[in-house]
Amino acid sequence: MTAIENPKTYKWVGTRPIRHDGYDKVVGKARFAADLNLPSQLHAAYLRSPHAHANIVSIDTSRAEAMPGVKAVVTGGDFPALDITDPNHDVSINVLARGTVLYHGHAIAAVAATTKAEAQAAAAAIEVEYELLPFVLGIDEAMADGAPLANEQNYQKFIGPSDPSNIATHTPLERGDADAAMVAADIVIDREFDCAHVHQGYIEPHACVVDTGADGKANVWASSQGHFMVRAITAAVLGWETSRIKVTPAEIGGGFGGKTTVYLEPVAARLSEKAGRPVKLVMSREEVLRSSGPAPGAKLRIKIGATSDGELTAIDGWMAYQVGAYGDFAGMVGAMSVASYKFPNLKLESWGVLSNTPKTAAYRAPSAPHAAFAIESVIDDIASELGMDPIELRLKNAAVEGDLTAMGMPHPRIGLVECLEALKASDHYQSEPAEGAARGVAVGFWFNIGEQSSATVNLNEDGTATVITGSPDIGGSRASMALMAAEELGIDVYSITPVVADTEAVGFTDVTEGSRATFATGKAVVEACRELKVELCRRAAQTMGVDEAEVEWVDGAAVSSSHGGEPLTLAAITAQAKRTGGPLTATASLNAAGAGPSFAVHCADVKVDEETGQTAIIRYTAVQDAGTAIHPSYVEGQMQGGSVQGIGWALNEEYIFSSDGVLMNPGFLDYRIPVASDLPMIETIIVEVPNPSHPYGVRGVGETGIVPPMATIGNAIKAATGVRMSSLPMSPPKVLKALGDAR
Amino acid sequence: MSRTHITCTVNGEDTDFLANPGTSLLDALRDELGLTGAKEGCGTGDCGACSVLMDGKVTCACLVFAPEAQGRDLLTVEGLSSGDGVGGDHLHPLQQTFLEGAALQCGVCTPGFLVAAKALLNQNPDPAESEIRYALAGNLCRCTGYDKIIRSVQEAAVQLRSAT
Repeated sequence: MTAIENPKTYKWVGTRPIRHDGYDKVVGKARFAADLNLPSQLHAAYLRSPHAHANIVSIDTSRAEAMPGVKAVVTGGDFPALDITDPNHDVSINVLARGTVLYHGHAIAAVAATTKAEAQAAAAAIEVEYELLPFVLGIDEAMADGAPLANEQNYQKFIGPSDPSNIATHTPLERGDADAAMVAADIVIDREFDCAHVHQGYIEPHACVVDTGADGKANVWASSQGHFMVRAITAAVLGWETSRIKVTPAEIGGGFGGKTTVYLEPVAARLSEKAGRPVKLVMSREEVLRSSGPAPGAKLRIKIGATSDGELTAIDGWMAYQVGAYGDFAGMVGAMSVASYKFPNLKLESWGVLSNTPKTAAYRAPSAPHAAFAIESVIDDIASELGMDPIELRLKNAAVEGDLTAMGMPHPRIGLVECLEALKASDHYQSEPAEGAARGVAVGFWFNIGEQSSATVNLNEDGTATVITGSPDIGGSRASMALMAAEELGIDVYSITPVVADTEAVGFTDVTEGSRATFATGKAVVEACRELKVELCRRAAQTMGVDEAEVEWVDGAAVSSSHGGEPLTLAAITAQAKRTGGPLTATASLNAAGAGPSFAVHCADVKVDEETGQTAIIRYTAVQDAGTAIHPSYVEGQMQGGSVQGIGWALNEEYIFSSDGVLMNPGFLDYRIPVASDLPMIETIIVEVPNPSHPYGVRGVGETGIVPPMATIGNAIKAATGVRMSSLPMSPPKVLKALGDAR
Repeated sequence: MSRTHITCTVNGEDTDFLANPGTSLLDALRDELGLTGAKEGCGTGDCGACSVLMDGKVTCACLVFAPEAQGRDLLTVEGLSSGDGVGGDHLHPLQQTFLEGAALQCGVCTPGFLVAAKALLNQNPDPAESEIRYALAGNLCRCTGYDKIIRSVQEAAVQLRSAT
């Protein structure tokens, strides 16, 4: 359902056509990267580190090179050493280790052979001599005085070089006087929380096929969230100019932030160059879990003060994010993501902390879920201590336009109050929980971003259109692009073919991340369409013999008040294009500003089995401000998908490391993501508070939905049992222990 | 290693191919027969992206050796539609309801879900929601939260019942 109707009415925007890429996906024809096979293609496999931290004393590939079917072997020595200040330094040594392995599963060498089995056998035959180094696996040990360095090349690069340390970032944010406000507060609640590493869990493992030709140019087919990013990083790691690389985006089988970096492509390119044949490189699921980037683990201490009538007067927070073996921005974003409440006094300190675990990567609203789990749990405790309804307390303190985020930026027009009101009025919130169930609510925020996008719109001679962008479609953005183009041009959405083009066929476009594609790339599509409409009117004026200023574009046709004849349809104009000035095409490129922040409010009813500690989700509702829902079904899909990833994060999912840094659950059997039988339907309420910075009011919708679920469920468990869970996941053993401790 | 000659029925057609004894049925379907609809999401039978029907039963093709397909009747996602038309006319009701119900996002799990849902509806034309959820519990989807998948299977069941 849609709670607040967008005041504007559109013909196409807001409808639910079948997605253009859907047909290929239901008949098995959609081409994902691993579906591609080229003539004479080789298969590649990795040798990976068996140690959490070690110097590589020597690598001997001679035995592997002599094995059957082997055509090429590469090690770190086959790639240039990038300077420590190079922004691609860390990714380059993550792709293949140079001298030192930094985590168990770190890639050391790769082999291309005629078959995958031959490549795997040869990789296993590479002989490596290691010198073991001390390692750190957790936040406390990494931050302790005298801790071993996880990565001797980490120099706090986000805040300037100093001595090597295990600190990637340190971000203090402050306004007002939080200490004094705590003293003055009627109630102060102070709690500690921790969160395990979790993985994005996309079903398609990383995959690519690379064909490096005799001219030195590489054709790359890759599954990624941004093929221009793949081109840039692959070029940097190889020491090539970007013009030597063409990346064609394959269908991407899920990303959620985890495919915003590169693991395979430079390795496959070098193997292909050495072998003179195309190389296919596909991770196994075990490799995905061991060696691609999970989301950070975290430890947090959150103290919030309030007046007795429920005004939140101060927050004092300490947050540490475990970012793996390399510097990362995750720690900075944790503090910055505090933006849902007015908090006149605020003191936050967040850290990025290194460990000898895989390099973390973005995962849907990166770093915000951890902070929201802690803050929304404490706010819930304040509401229950004060005897206030949790929505009323949040409404009393909710940020509105002009209020400051933790970074000190004033919010533009936002829809948090509208989301809270929508949940309050919902059937779910107005109904009592089922017998034996109890309810929790929580809020989530995500910034959303703009960044660079390009779009080309070609009007075809029969009046159809091709909309070409550079944004890989990870959540239905092709359908959104087609809908916005249909609305602008006034033609049927099925007369539009949305295409994600390769790096040589469309202008530069940043990664599909930050919920930006429908916002920023959509804006480029709209701009290109608007340019075309001006040209269509000019052509029509010419044909009608009237002044250009008298022609308007109305419902897919040029209309002139001074011309008595029928309107000239788009098809009629394109059919005459050769006589009126040539092909009708337009390109727009932009660096979009004004991505509207997005808020969500979730509500869960849970039952806790006090004998097993298992929590069952009985009813779940997600409310989110979409600005304007271009394709409501896929907005709902983003909300539902984010909610269920969050439910997995809340209840099941965690990286379990052995004491020597080996991931003990590197498969979907033991790293258990939610399955259909774990869940109820996920009810959705789309709120539409249009973003004034987008022609149709779009806010990104992809990420916010994963922010509230952990606290929502923790708050429901508290309501059901009286016990505050402070450690993710809230798995049965932890719930049982907490229940036992409380007795 | 000598390759084994395997004859079977794939999507209603007599088919034969060669495969090493240790090759999985999934790799044989994808690499020998060019049927890349079934995907490898895990290779350990945990995700269901490689689901095919073998003699009518849902099977993880990654867990079956290719020679085990000898004499069997296989159905993959490529065999679900009748293939004799354009637009939606030739699609299986499950394929159509998945499209209309927005039951797919990235689409990499979709072939497995369609095949597993067909097996369910073959056996049980009127499943309760919980029966659908348990029948599809071996198929992982990370994009949709399953809501729209379950609803689309329910709708396809209604359509299939009214058609018979």
